[in-house]
Amino acid sequence: MIVVAVIAHTLLGSGALLTLLRLARGPSLLDRVVATDTLLVIIAASLAVHAALSRDATVVPVLVVVSLLAFVGSVSIARYVGGMLLRSAADDGRDAGLPPAAEEREVRG
Amino acid sequence: MSVLSQIADVVAAACLLAGALLCLTAGVGLVRFPDVLSRMHAGTKPQVLGVLLVMAGGAIRLQGLAASWMLLLVAAFQLLTAPVSAHMISRVAYRRRHVRRDLLLVDELRDAGNGDGGYRGDAPADGPQLS
Repeated sequence: MIVVAVIAHTLLGSGALLTLLRLARGPSLLDRVVATDTLLVIIAASLAVHAALSRDATVVPVLVVVSLLAFVGSVSIARYVGGMLLRSAADDGRDAGLPPAAEEREVRG
Repeated sequence: MSVLSQIADVVAAACLLAGALLCLTAGVGLVRFPDVLSRMHAGTKPQVLGVLLVMAGGAIRLQGLAASWMLLLVAAFQLLTAPVSAHMISRVAYRRRHVRRDLLLVDELRDAGNGDGGYRGDAPADGPQLS
């Protein structure tokens, strides 16, 4: 079981580190929202792995809180960004104050 | 330790390792993929299958009805809430142009003919009227 614990925590930890990298680099707010969502899921998974490997059910109620927190956080930020979009709509179909579209950004390099 | 509990431990360890591996693939996909929609595609791998596998492994290892019910509750919450948040994030991502539209194979919002390139195809009915 020690081998399983080491391997599982290594996998979970490297996944969380890569998610943190995207959270730091993410070009837009929505990339960060997706990264935060995934990070909370990985945190819940590692809590469950810890509880399962140590046969200790103390942290199991925390799992419910973390999973609901991920949902509420991502939905509220999505609503907030959508409200920013509606208020800043310009006349020519382009939205004032927004960064250029993803494909335009890719073309310009 | 009887043979039956050893088999149960092996099954639980396999479930936990598979769930942890899915978390690692989510991290790799989040770093490597080009735009919000494909990153979300990578990020939802552990949200459903990974969490289900880890919860199954935990329910096998933790003897006790209370802990198993709570793990089942977490899995049910994940299954209910993942589509809702993914739908809202992807809709806002399309309207805020964080989608690489040149990489899309099917783009029904562009084809809907909204006059402005389809970016406002799904504006909420109770929002302010745009033009």
